[in-house]
Amino acid sequence: MEDEAFTDISGKPISLDCQSHSSFCREFIISSPKVSMGKVMVYTCSVWLLAYAVFFFTQNTAVLSGAILVTLVGMMLHIHFVKVDHESLLVIGSLGIQVSSSYASGREITTFIEMSKIKDIVINEAIYMHQIIYYLCVLLKDPSEPDAVSSVVPLFQVRMSISQEPV
Amino acid sequence: MVLKIFFPQCCNRAESGLLVGRWISGHDSAVVLAVIHYPFIPGQVKQYIQQMQAQSGVELTVLGSWSLPKEGQESMESFLRDLSTIFPQQRWLQVSRQMGKMGFICEVVNRNQNGQETQQEAKKQNEEEEEKVIFVHYEQRKVMLSQLHPTESGDPDPNTEPSSELKQVFQTVARSQPLFFLDRYDDGPLKSTHWQSEGREASIIVELLKQASVPLCMLISWLLALWTWICNIRIFSLYPLRFLSSKLSTCVQISYRTEHMRTLSSPKPAAGHKQFMRKGNILVSFLVDVGLGILLMSWLYRDDHIATLANMLMPAADHVAKELEELLQWLMGAPAGLKMNRALDQVLGRFFLYHIHLWISYIHLMSPFIEGILWYGGLSVCLGLTFALSLLSDMVALLTFHIYCFYVYGARLYCLKIYGLSSLWRLFRGKKWNVLRQRVDSCSYDVDQLFIGTLLFTILLFLLPTTALYYLVFTLLRLVVVLFQGILHLSVDFINSFPLFAMGLRIFRPYRLAEGVKFQVLCDEPGTALHLLMEINPLKCSTVVQTYRTPTYSCYPRDSWAALVKKLFVGELIYPWRHKSTKAD
Repeated sequence: MEDEAFTDISGKPISLDCQSHSSFCREFIISSPKVSMGKVMVYTCSVWLLAYAVFFFTQNTAVLSGAILVTLVGMMLHIHFVKVDHESLLVIGSLGIQVSSSYASGREITTFIEMSKIKDIVINEAIYMHQIIYYLCVLLKDPSEPDAVSSVVPLFQVRMSISQEPV
Repeated sequence: MVLKIFFPQCCNRAESGLLVGRWISGHDSAVVLAVIHYPFIPGQVKQYIQQMQAQSGVELTVLGSWSLPKEGQESMESFLRDLSTIFPQQRWLQVSRQMGKMGFICEVVNRNQNGQETQQEAKKQNEEEEEKVIFVHYEQRKVMLSQLHPTESGDPDPNTEPSSELKQVFQTVARSQPLFFLDRYDDGPLKSTHWQSEGREASIIVELLKQASVPLCMLISWLLALWTWICNIRIFSLYPLRFLSSKLSTCVQISYRTEHMRTLSSPKPAAGHKQFMRKGNILVSFLVDVGLGILLMSWLYRDDHIATLANMLMPAADHVAKELEELLQWLMGAPAGLKMNRALDQVLGRFFLYHIHLWISYIHLMSPFIEGILWYGGLSVCLGLTFALSLLSDMVALLTFHIYCFYVYGARLYCLKIYGLSSLWRLFRGKKWNVLRQRVDSCSYDVDQLFIGTLLFTILLFLLPTTALYYLVFTLLRLVVVLFQGILHLSVDFINSFPLFAMGLRIFRPYRLAEGVKFQVLCDEPGTALHLLMEINPLKCSTVVQTYRTPTYSCYPRDSWAALVKKLFVGELIYPWRHKSTKAD
């Protein structure tokens, strides 16, 4: 399962990598494309041109420093909280499932779900705007009622759909 | 089935010996706690393990053998296999490692009921019968000190096992503290390796504080007993004083701090993680509170700030009174172009003006004592910043008492008017409120009843704008005061309930509060078992605050916005902030 062309819901290309560490331990990594320099430059230039235009009319230098600050803070927040670099699913037999997403700034959020809490892993469908997307999710057991489902945890939170393009 | 072995990182380089730990039933896993080195006497090992089991309550057994042959030492394969006969177990693990290689090799020897050996080797052609082994490496000291969340509330029965495997692992390591007292540098009959062998020192300050805490606790409990005796003197139980003390926020804060001191001063050590965190949070927020209070006090008493404040207070009160008088004069004229009913206007305006005059005379009477009161009241700020804020809130309440009175008069008048109007409106339409059945019924009135009713309705209706305007003005003033008091109460509440100790623990020792674990695959060489590294995933800061918030008399709005607006419209008196009492169940 290597290097087929996959796209996510918004049409951006993503790649899937499978590693098999042992017969009962597998890791699946989905990576998004990195931050593109062209987009960054376009955004920064447009914000600064706007700031210069406002400065031209108001002659207030605080506008310029404000624009610089806003751009910097916005970029930092974007790469720290919004831009997901890769997400991985580590399946360890008879121990559990570990879901981790790592952001462009290096921050990693990891959740480990024990085997005793997992009821099942299913493919669920949802309606998103004009299309139906399918996503993997884990059904968790309720501690008091072993048969009921307590929560549904979608895997790969950055919404990815595997739709094959004819290569 | 996959066999999971939780192996401490400190034993990765331990010399050959016996593995001591616990089998976790139901999950096919084993936790290794320590390695006992050669030479040893098997009888002494068994005695030691039984002693440790009695002290810690954990079912310790010898799990198997560990072999890390040094250079020049021949491998002790047959010797290790023979050991399994000395310690009869269902399963015997033989873990070995070569210097220079990362992976471990594990052989599992199973014994069935008859005591006969059926050995399964790790390498076998038939893959389906091979017993798969996972080595999960954990850092022993961190797992020992860590607490997995969500913790069970209440007193969990120590005999029932939690169904979660990780919880059992954490509990096993945490309860095996007696096992970690002796290590291989001690001169005992047994030499073992565990996390203490890495040479971790304890902090002398912490030990000194622990020693000093016992007499301190006794002193605090004696002081508390004295204070409670004073509070329970009969004269203070009279009705007016009791009512007053329940309304003043300073008294509420004092009683709240007394409760805290009572929790802190119990000489028994904390029974469990939640108790420990609660005590820690109370102590740290109390110390921070007193620290901030002393800072404030040093600022107040420097440069004669008290005198400046006292001199500012009188003109401020005068200014407020003058503004109120101007407001009333404006209302008595033609406010915002509205035409008022002259007679009612004059009556209400003069009534309120006389009230203000009384209040100002009272304030002027008190003015020579203000500085003294402030000076001595400022001394009580050293009890904490929360006291200063509650004192401020009480002083604001006392100084704006006239606004409160005006609001009550205006609201009552308006409320009466609205009720009268609604009742007479029903009469207008020929209906009546049936108190018995709590509904509106039709009713036939006499002519004179109708006549008087209509007259009264008209009078009330035309007097409505005047009363409504006075009500509106004083309600707005009252709301401003209530808002200011609410902000003060909220900040007092925040200082009281924010878990500083838990946050500090989360920032500086994140492994102590664990939300879960995370695994990382270490390098796997073919032919060896799978190695995973288990790290502790710390709790999120928002969850820390939510879990460890000290319950307080939380000050939150009593009604929703819709109910508040309805009450304002009808003219009911509003007391927007509700105080919840903290009676522990």
